[in-house]
Order: sequence, then structure tokens, then C-alpha cells
Amino acid sequence: MERIPILKLGAFLLVTIQIDLYDRLALDLEEDLVAMVEKTSVKGVLIDISAVGIVDSFMGKILGNIGSMCKLLDAETVVVGMQPAVAITLVELGLPLKGVYTALNVDKGMELLRSKIEIEDIVEADDDDDTSLN
Amino acid sequence: MILPLTKDTIQVYREQDVVPFRGRVKEYAVKIKMGLVGQTKLITAASEIVRNMLKYANGGETTIEIVSRGRDNGIRLTFDDKGPGIADIPLAMKDGFSTGRSLGLGLPGTKRLVSEFDIKSEPGSGTTVTIIMWING
Amino acid sequence: MAHTLNNKKSEILELWMKNQLADSGLRDDLISNKDLRVQSEELVNALITNLNDNNINNSESPDFDKVTELLGGISISRARQGFSPRETGNFILTLKEALLEILRQEPSDVNVLFEESLKLSRLLDNFTILTFETFIKGREEVILRQTDEITDISTPVIKVWDGILAMPIIGTLDSARTQVVMENLLQKIVETGSSIAILDISGVPAVDSLVAQHLLKAVSATRLMGADCIISGIRPEIAQTIVHLGIDLSQIITKASLAGALQYAFKSLRLEVKRSALEVKGITNLQ
Repeated sequence: MERIPILKLGAFLLVTIQIDLYDRLALDLEEDLVAMVEKTSVKGVLIDISAVGIVDSFMGKILGNIGSMCKLLDAETVVVGMQPAVAITLVELGLPLKGVYTALNVDKGMELLRSKIEIEDIVEADDDDDTSLN
Repeated sequence: MILPLTKDTIQVYREQDVVPFRGRVKEYAVKIKMGLVGQTKLITAASEIVRNMLKYANGGETTIEIVSRGRDNGIRLTFDDKGPGIADIPLAMKDGFSTGRSLGLGLPGTKRLVSEFDIKSEPGSGTTVTIIMWING
Repeated sequence: MAHTLNNKKSEILELWMKNQLADSGLRDDLISNKDLRVQSEELVNALITNLNDNNINNSESPDFDKVTELLGGISISRARQGFSPRETGNFILTLKEALLEILRQEPSDVNVLFEESLKLSRLLDNFTILTFETFIKGREEVILRQTDEITDISTPVIKVWDGILAMPIIGTLDSARTQVVMENLLQKIVETGSSIAILDISGVPAVDSLVAQHLLKAVSATRLMGADCIISGIRPEIAQTIVHLGIDLSQIITKASLAGALQYAFKSLRLEVKRSALEVKGITNLQ
């Protein structure tokens, strides 16, 4: 059965979606990814959609769900490489893509994740005397 | 005057039919040299409607046509189902409304994506949605 | 009649040329007499050779395909060369006169002559209409091409710094234009890997709720791709309109000037612009 591979890349997980997602495949990805985050206890997930030509509300919902679920497991999700045509379509459709960060490419996505995790570390270290940052 | 030039009919009754259907729509859009953004909007719109059709009416029949109006060419998609129908179309066309547990941006969102959008429904006997995407808007 | 005209082909051409050259509106600045003669001869040949007593009543008969094609080509090229519609129309109307003149020289019954003139007139009038139609189409094409060109030139994307793009928008922002602006900008963001885009609207005459909505869409699309978008060049009167119309732009970063936007962009990329040490020393020396 077809499944989308999830790679562990240092402190992050990387998923590259190269094919049109039909519903079953997307739901499997959601399940696999969440299980993997729990198992590896990574702090960040990168989903590369640069090869994806269509994001409809179903797939947008899956991406949002993944983001929210990962957040519950203390990991941030970054969707990277969205094509201009896809971005324009999503805006017109009115899909805000909540719960995930976005970045131009994998490199920038990793940079973003690192800065998010750094901030969290700082916040945790300062937790006793400064709660206003939260 | 809208003239149909070619006609292709595809049955969509299972979730696995969605991706091949989108592929076929793309083929036709490429054939008439529609821009990439236009293609993406059209296919996304088609995808939304087909999913609705699968969810509420267990699928139906779709028609892909290349149409022309004066100097402009476009793609017309018709989605015909024999489902329960929609009782209150104006309500269904309102942003944020949904009877299923989706995001509720299906129909109005889809309408914003395409050049022309038409919906006809008879409660109890089915729904027909027609969309057109012109190359030059 | 067709037979008569066929025999007198060269006479018709001569007469027509004479009429055209005698016309005070002759545009020898746009077309040489030689070229005009070539065009005229081709048309006379195509018309007279294909004309017979059956098709004279039907300007749409396939026999006239050659004539139609020639006329179309002439009209379009004249539209592009800058002939006026009157000048282009006169080209074919003077041919009608020449043809009628030749018919008149033939000895025949008045009634017959009238009938024939009427038929010939009708045919040539149809060709005149065709000429105008094609002429206008030619002009329309010029306009369409110019519109495309304007849309293209009026939305340049400038790379102002590594990772920073700027796009000055000049002119009214409608939905078709926004589409082009957005596509260009997003494409350029992907190509250059820029994380900040500045949309400068100093050149946009008015911002109403529709334009604001378009701007918001552009910003949202940029964000979805993982870049940030700043709107700059908001003039005081535009700020007033925005507030009076109750448009909420609080979700986007807005700056009064391009300089302000650039400063913000530098800051968020953690870049600093400093006066060089040498110059600072120079200034202190002067004091």
C-alpha cells in the first residue's frame, strides 16, 4: 500500500509530498506523522509541498490538523514551498491554513523552526521571573 | 452565446475517482492554454464540488466541456447527482455554513474561484452544479 | 455584365488608379504609389476573375474568399500603418465608382444598367462594410496589445536587497490588475527566495474597500508562501479614507514611505545600515 515517507533530519521530521493526495493517503500521513512525532520526540515538523499543484479545503484541513496535533505533542509544524498559484487559490477560497507556520523553502523552514525552539527555550529558562513573554 | 466544442463524461462514485478526475480537468485546461493560476483555481473548485457530491450524494456524473464565447475559450464542468438535494440554496451559499463537519467554505469559496457558477437543486431528486472558467476571465 | 467587366479589367484598374491618385486625401506619405498599384491590381484581379452573374448577389459566396482575404489583409495593415477609417473606406468606394463608370460606358438599356449598377453597388457596399469591420478589429488588436504591455510594464518587481523585494504599483488597482500584481510578486518571491516583499502604493490614486480587499489578498497569499508583505506609500488622504470607510488593515504592516518599509525590512532581517567610519571621522575633523 502506498504511503508517504517521513524522514528524520536531525532534530526535525521532513515530509515531502510528491503526489496528488487522495483522501486515504492524506489521513494515513496524518496518523503516521503524529505517531512519529511521539516516538522521536522531535520539536519540529517540515512538510514540503513544493511539488503539490492543488490544495483544496480537505487537504488544507489535514495540514491544519497535523499542525494542531503536533502542537499538542510539543512540536511546531512548518509548511514549506507552497506554489504561488496554490497560495492565490487558497486566499480566494478563504482557507486561512491555521495552526501551521509557512516558509519559502526547507532551509528557511528549518531556520524558522530553530528560532521558534530557541525562543521557547529562553521562555522556559526565564519562566520563574518573567511570564509576560507567554 | 456559449458554444460547446468537446464533451467528456466521467463517473465519480468513489474517493479514488477524485484524483483521476482532477487529472482529466487539468488535461483539458492545458489543452486550451489556460494560465497556471486559472488551472489551479478551476481544479481546486472542481475538487471541492466533487467532494461535496461524494459526501452528500454518494457521487454522481461529471461532464467536462471545452466551450467558446466570441474570442474567449473556457472549460465548463457540470456535476450532476441524484442525492437528497439542497433545500435552501441561498443559505448553502453563505460563507461559513455547513451541514457536514467540514470547514463550511465549500460552495461560496468555490464560487469565488471560477468565472461563472450556477447551482440548481430539487430536494429529493438531486443537485446540478455548473461552473465555467474562461481563459481571459 | 461579368463578362463585360472581365474584358475591361485593365481599363478598370487604370480608372481606379486615376481616381485614387486624384483624390486630395491620398496618403502618399503612408503608402507609395507603387505599393498602392500592386494592392489595387491584386484586388481588381481577384474581384473581376471570380465575379459571375450568379454570385453578384451574394458577397459571402466562397468565390469571393480571395477578395475577402485580400481586403482583410489590406484593412489590418492600414489600421496598423495609421490610415483613418475614411481613407481605408475610400479605397474600396473609389473602386465602386470606377466599376460603375465602366458599366455606364457600355451601350445598354437604362433599366438594365440600373439593375446592374444596383447589384454591383450592393456587392461593393458589403465589401466596404467588411473593410470597416476588419479595420476596427485591427485597431482593437492594437489596443489589446497595448493593454497587455501596460499591465506588464506597470508592475515591475525590484530586488532592493538580498531577501527584500519591492513592487511599486502605479495606477488604479482593479481585480484583473491585482491578479497580475500578485502573480508577478509571488513568482519573484519563489525565484529569489526573498522573505520580505514591499508593496508601494504611492502611485495608486485611490483606495476604496475593494482595493483594500485586493491588497489584503496579496498580503495573505504572500504569507501563505512563507514570506512577509509590507504595504508602503500610504498618503495622509489615503489613511483618512481607509479609516472613514471602516477598512481594517490592522492585520498588515503598513508604512508611510518606502524608506520606512525598507528600514523595517532591514530590522527584521537583522541588518544594519551605518554611516562608514571614515565619513564619521571626516565630519568630526570638519568640526
